[in-house]
Amino acid sequence: MSTVRIPLVRVAHARSGDKADWVDFGLFAWNEAGYRLLAREVTAERVQAHFAPWLPGEVDAWPLPNILALKFVLRGALQGGGARNLRLDNLGKAMAGALLRMEIDVTQDELDAALAAPRVGVWS
Amino acid sequence: MKIKTIMKSIRIGAGLGFYGDNWEPVAASIERGGVQFIASDHLAELTLAILQKDRQRDPSLGYARDVVPMLMKLWPLMRERGVRFVCNAGGLNPQGAAKAVLAAFQAKGWKARVAVVSGDDVLPCLLDQTAPVEAFAHLFSSAPVAGVRDRLVFGNAYLGARPIVAALDAGADIVITGRVADAALFLGPLVHSLGWTLDGATDARDLDRLAQGLTVGHLLECSGQGSGGNFGSQGAWQAIPDLAHIGYPIAEVWEDGSALITKAPGTGGRVNFDTVRQQLLYEVHNPHAYFSPDVVLDMGGIQLLDEGEDRVRLTGARGGAPTDTLKVVAGFRDGYKAEVTWGFSWPDAWDKAQAAQATIRTLLKDKRIPHEELYVEYPGLNSAHGALAPLPKPDALNQSNEIWTRLVLRTSDKAAADGFGRLFPWMGLSGPAYTCGFTGLHNTSELLGIWPTLIPRADVEAGVQVELLGDGA
Repeated sequence: MSTVRIPLVRVAHARSGDKADWVDFGLFAWNEAGYRLLAREVTAERVQAHFAPWLPGEVDAWPLPNILALKFVLRGALQGGGARNLRLDNLGKAMAGALLRMEIDVTQDELDAALAAPRVGVWS
Repeated sequence: MKIKTIMKSIRIGAGLGFYGDNWEPVAASIERGGVQFIASDHLAELTLAILQKDRQRDPSLGYARDVVPMLMKLWPLMRERGVRFVCNAGGLNPQGAAKAVLAAFQAKGWKARVAVVSGDDVLPCLLDQTAPVEAFAHLFSSAPVAGVRDRLVFGNAYLGARPIVAALDAGADIVITGRVADAALFLGPLVHSLGWTLDGATDARDLDRLAQGLTVGHLLECSGQGSGGNFGSQGAWQAIPDLAHIGYPIAEVWEDGSALITKAPGTGGRVNFDTVRQQLLYEVHNPHAYFSPDVVLDMGGIQLLDEGEDRVRLTGARGGAPTDTLKVVAGFRDGYKAEVTWGFSWPDAWDKAQAAQATIRTLLKDKRIPHEELYVEYPGLNSAHGALAPLPKPDALNQSNEIWTRLVLRTSDKAAADGFGRLFPWMGLSGPAYTCGFTGLHNTSELLGIWPTLIPRADVEAGVQVELLGDGA
């Protein structure tokens, strides 16, 4: 069975926020099939390794199958907090985009299933 | 004595999501959303740092000043429909905010009963050197507060819904608080109107209702983020219509705690399963223990049922008894920064930017300018995603139309920060060619570190006051 490497943005959406020096992420699958992939592939360890070249910090993760979501907290990401951070993006608003760059390995069938399944949310 | 009317359900609308947010969408919620309350959150974590600078300059300030023009626009619409308003715009000076609002109302001949909630300022406790060494340790790192004590500039506890309920019970039309838990601005009106048990709530039914109310508050406290704004995605955000006329979220909440998230008809944005759950997890750490002064929320059983047409049904929030501590966020002075943004154009734009940066590093060394850090990023290339942003190779960067460099000096020496911008202008004539823009000649600002900690609840609540000013219409 063929395996494909995809960025999370193909199967997920995300928002980041700040509390003091920690950035936090909500990562959301569009449907159950997508959630199974996220829950299997996007572990705390993998997220920590993804951010390590830029934001080396411990990561905590919580799965929330009831809303097809994963919650992550990345410690020490904000240079001491929003009012001390020297970056243009001092609040880490764009950091969710950096999470969506993360790549995962899935089978072509799994990807096809996640992309074919309808979204749970109503978009019409 | 007032007799409280117990309603089957009430509707509450989101006001602002931060100091400086747009209040025009709130008008649609009042005029077409059928709300009885608007709750408005003016205080992000670092807003108190801004307000502290205002208060330093003028002791009558220190509150979120946008509440005055906001109410000048919205109060006539609210008064006409009996809508009541709760906000934390008081910041570090809730009395000052109330006085400013009442003065502006008086000039128009308007009357209103304005309640002021105070008692969240706990800076004196943090400054007390006789406090035990472990008191007010950093909530994340456990570092002792002694290391920053002499640099603290504000310290405020997050109060809960109780004083807001008291103010509404006393008949306030407008409630102005300082620091309260953002969601408490919404939970207060729900407890007041729906007759929920807040004090000493211990049984599951009471705590679960409070948890539902807290969730409602959390979904509404960031204005447009609860109705399709800032919807992070690729290829989906484009299907969120008419953000220019976004409707802020509105909740209808029933006595049993069940709730419907929606928005005013005819407004832009989108309320659906996806937009609502992005906000549900926003700035949450452990979703099974989301602490507030009134209830500890477990999101693990929450169900969001998307009914279509901008209606999402919220059920299943579970509540636990609150702890005997309150969260405090304090701020401390942590040096200065000065920043410069500087552009070079094709050809060799990247190499020229590097050469110019090397010159600045040489000058900092030659002149022995004291600093802790020179932070460099390249807007348009890596300022959003740092080392995770794939950069083109130097050859390709040299073919870029332009390269922008942002250089930020961090220093504990204010004079060094003040002089940073003056290191640059001479290079317009004597540096690399085709500089295409420079900003930041005078650009010093003070940095503030954030100090989250806990305080015993009893130490704070004994000093909380609700004061009623003004008179009814």
